[in-house]
Amino acid sequence: MWTWFHKFASPPHAYRLLGNLAPWFGWPALALILLAAWWGLVKAPADYQQGDAFRILYVHAPSAWMSMFIYVAMAVAAGVGLIWRIKLAHAAAAASAPIGASFTFLALATGSIWGKPMWGTWWVWDARLTSELILLFLYLGYMALRSSFDDPQRADRASAVLAIVGVINVPIIHYSVEWWTTLHQPASVTKLDKPSIAIEMLIPLFIMIVGFQLYYGWAVSRRLRGEILRRERNATWLKEGI
Amino acid sequence: MDLQEFLRMGGYAGYVWTAYGLTAVVLLMNWLGARRCEADEQASARRRSSAD
Repeated sequence: MWTWFHKFASPPHAYRLLGNLAPWFGWPALALILLAAWWGLVKAPADYQQGDAFRILYVHAPSAWMSMFIYVAMAVAAGVGLIWRIKLAHAAAAASAPIGASFTFLALATGSIWGKPMWGTWWVWDARLTSELILLFLYLGYMALRSSFDDPQRADRASAVLAIVGVINVPIIHYSVEWWTTLHQPASVTKLDKPSIAIEMLIPLFIMIVGFQLYYGWAVSRRLRGEILRRERNATWLKEGI
Repeated sequence: MDLQEFLRMGGYAGYVWTAYGLTAVVLLMNWLGARRCEADEQASARRRSSAD
């Protein structure tokens, strides 16, 4: 099992595997995102309270989901890298950060655009919005910390600790709408009993989430390949040509 | 379906189209960024192996 694992985590193998995998993420991602956008904008019925403004849900909620999902993935990768000293895991965490940061920005921006007509304000300092903003700062802090080291190994270790400590913010974001009084509406999809959203409104939401996940798979594969090449610049397998 | 009616988004056109447009821009920038990250490192790896 361990020989298999080491082969899998070996840079030349991972580099080739990611190159083969990327198109299998990229094309379905494109198809699903376009399908979900059409479904959400055209086919889904308007909300009886929010009218057509509710259609922002289909870009807002999947972005918010990805912002948290990628953070947890990044923290797990950083933890694996820290405990088992696997450089590839650190590289995966580093490759995830800019993608996660962009989804966090998107969740905040689309939420703000949705908040204006519905709440009458672009921004409030309530628990959900503030904790999501802290998530953006965690991503930016992680990237800034990495770039402040010349030695990649020290950058890996220091940034991994930040990523792991910051993961405490993810459950805070999720439960913020229950723990504190906030303007943000409570969860309507990720509830233990039945989701309180009509099924014809839910389907495009799930398609968009799957599309965004695949998109992340594509983008992280590409970035990780770049990251592997940068870290392996003196390796013999690279001198033989890529 | 009426195209004009669709573009009007029940009076929320500015909000809905800005949100979707911004999403498209961010996804596109990410796409280009990931591509460039990979392509730049490939180019410099090729330069190094041809310099040897």
